[in-house]
Amino acid sequence: MSRVTLFSICASAALLLYILEMVRRRKLREEYSILWLAGSVVILVLSLKQDWLVGLARAAGIAYPPSFLFLVGILFILLILIHFSIAISKLHQMNKKMAQEIALMKTGLPPGEPSRVKDER
Amino acid sequence: MKPVMEGTSPRILVVLPAYQEERSIGTLVRSLRARFPHDVLVVNDGSTDGTSDAAREAGAIVLDLPCNLGIGGAVQTAFLYARHHGCDAVVRIDGDGQHEIEDIPKVLEPILAGRADAVIGSRFLGETEYRVSIPRIFGIWFFRLLVNLTTGYRVTDPTSGFFAINQRLIGFYSDHYPSDYPEVDAYILMHRLKSRAIEVPVRMYERAEGKSSITTYRAVYYMVKVTLSYIINRIRRFG
Repeated sequence: MSRVTLFSICASAALLLYILEMVRRRKLREEYSILWLAGSVVILVLSLKQDWLVGLARAAGIAYPPSFLFLVGILFILLILIHFSIAISKLHQMNKKMAQEIALMKTGLPPGEPSRVKDER
Repeated sequence: MKPVMEGTSPRILVVLPAYQEERSIGTLVRSLRARFPHDVLVVNDGSTDGTSDAAREAGAIVLDLPCNLGIGGAVQTAFLYARHHGCDAVVRIDGDGQHEIEDIPKVLEPILAGRADAVIGSRFLGETEYRVSIPRIFGIWFFRLLVNLTTGYRVTDPTSGFFAINQRLIGFYSDHYPSDYPEVDAYILMHRLKSRAIEVPVRMYERAEGKSSITTYRAVYYMVKVTLSYIINRIRRFG
């Protein structure tokens, strides 16, 4: 087993355990852990199953198989970041809606009609 | 759209978004109350100074936002309020006293007569003394081109914050209004709704107190953001 293989096994296993522990302690919500878990499992499996990694790397036209691991890692990080941007936008919208409802309620208005969040900015 | 029924007086709300305007908001509200029979609504956009008290003492209805939402979010709160209360028209002017309140009837008249859904006060129609800095001229020229090329409207002052809208637009804007720098974007929304929007000449003064919400370093962000959301609003679905 090469050193790079050993390293990626250890790193992805550590990441997997860390994420699971954070979810267990309720410091990370399940819906935000899914992409992290999927990413670390995929990298862990590809590190353990060398022939799969070599096959996939060859199929993708990558000469040095561990590079394929980097590619997978980067793709997962990209997905996670997009996911976060969407989550932040949704929180932003909900926060705006709540601030507006609070301002209206302070003048004695009853809470407004339920409003849709998805269409608005 | 039908003209407002004769015999019943229309419900008109004058809306002033205000952020840190304690020194000028009181005077402005008092002159509005003295001059017009309309309700005056101040949306305090999370000010930490005495804006809210000053406005309330002067006789305005005050909506206190618990945090700073930016101009679009603040004005939208006023639209929500107007929709709740079934207002026939909303006039929105700046809370810093830059707009000439004597021009309010000019932006309201076409709405109440049922001739327009939105009337926007323009600083550049007719005779004007209002002087604009070079970067701002460029911005206005750019947005004017953008609006005129993509909608049927003939616009001279696309970033004007002095306007009146009718009930239909109040309802729509309550659900869909851009968060920041909403005025240019509003044109594409009105275009999508096939609203009748017209401009009338209004007077505008240099700021008496406080700072403009648009500082120089924000100008680039302003241009990029508005252009992006303008394009997105052209292709977005409104359910």
